[in-house]
Amino acid sequence: MTYLPPTPSHTVGPFYGYALPFPGGGDIAPREHPDAITLHGYVYDGAGEPVPDAIVEFWQAGPDGSLAGAPGSMRRDPVTGGFLGRNGVDFTGFGRVPTDADGHYTVRTLPPGAPSPVPYISVCVFARGLTHHLFTRAYLAEGPDALFASLTPERRATLIARPEPNRDSNRTHRFDIRLQGEEETVFLDFA
Amino acid sequence: MTPTQSDIDGELAEIRADYEKARAAGTPAAHHPPRDFPPYRSSLLRHPQQPLVAVSGDPEAVELSGPVFGHTDVTELDHDLTRQHAAEPLGERITVSGRLLDSAGRPVRGQLVELWQANASGRYAHQRDQHPAPLDPNFTGVGRGLTGDDGSYSFTTIKPGAYPWRNHENAWRPAHIHFSLFGTAFTQRLVTQMYFPGDPLLAYDPILQSVTDDAARARLVAAYDHSLSRPEWSLGYRWDIVLDGPSATWIEEGR
Ligand SMILES: [Fe+3]
Repeated sequence: MTYLPPTPSHTVGPFYGYALPFPGGGDIAPREHPDAITLHGYVYDGAGEPVPDAIVEFWQAGPDGSLAGAPGSMRRDPVTGGFLGRNGVDFTGFGRVPTDADGHYTVRTLPPGAPSPVPYISVCVFARGLTHHLFTRAYLAEGPDALFASLTPERRATLIARPEPNRDSNRTHRFDIRLQGEEETVFLDFA
Repeated sequence: MTPTQSDIDGELAEIRADYEKARAAGTPAAHHPPRDFPPYRSSLLRHPQQPLVAVSGDPEAVELSGPVFGHTDVTELDHDLTRQHAAEPLGERITVSGRLLDSAGRPVRGQLVELWQANASGRYAHQRDQHPAPLDPNFTGVGRGLTGDDGSYSFTTIKPGAYPWRNHENAWRPAHIHFSLFGTAFTQRLVTQMYFPGDPLLAYDPILQSVTDDAARARLVAAYDHSLSRPEWSLGYRWDIVLDGPSATWIEEGR
């Protein structure tokens, strides 16, 4: 059987900012959707400093559990070639946001439904200094899950996007990503 | 103390020697760079110290599917970076073409390819790039396209210039084009860089040299392909891209 070795990964570098982010990249939920939640947090390096030049991608099931996704995350204007944004109806399941000068990111989305017993949003982190992107998961709850079962409680805790009780009737979840050091986020290998 | 190029060269040689020793002792080839690669200084505080946690054999994993893109997400002009402004950009016009394949050699169809690059002078259209080389009002340096049924992609652009960076004293990045690729699964996601053949800077660059395996590193360098050059118009480079990582289809086929 043919086996082609992969093209090696490289860092996204510091200057992706005019190429990869797009308007509405963090608005995964259709506008004004009553079930929308906010997922936000900071990306930190091994010195505990915020990472202002990371870019974070999100992929998830729709509220019905469907992983079919939909095109149109980067919907374009045929007249100007500019970005129109999403169509406000379809759920594409995809988000992409750069961190700001404080190392902070925000997306608005819909809680994923089944197939997984414990719903999670898949997260992929890129940054200058990261020779190869990192995968993790933002779980919206704890529960019976094979990945959880393989982790100590301390490490498991790094995968939970906790509702912030004083904000927005529990519809705002905090998910920080620590690239290195104490409370380092659990990163995943799918090979 | 800012390290010099010869400090960095020494570190690279040491890592390469260790790798060759490990290979000789039977360690499999490393296709990707290590996340901890000290000659690339920015990796020092940004690589995890805990081993990655394996998620395998879970056919329900969300990551075995991935985002989808279609013709609503690209415009006709996105693949031609020389036609995005009122006039032609400065520089050597090039065509970059190739195929996006999975590791079984099958075309990866209808997927989004994004690229970005510096202009012919080695300057990015980015506020934080303060390299004192001229910006080109007729060049932004961003392209997008969808792969065809045979996995093919093609861009018209200009050859980017080399540029300095602050990893060490007199550090220069070889000319390169950044690429972002999606496969049919999120696990196949790839961001990488394409280089040009014969560039004397390749040997000095800790980012390219972070790929320690010679054969793997060679896969990041495009080939000049005269059959892709267009008469009176552009010089052609061929660069095929292979994604790894499982997808749901591979699991169905019992890979
Ligand atoms: Fe670059």
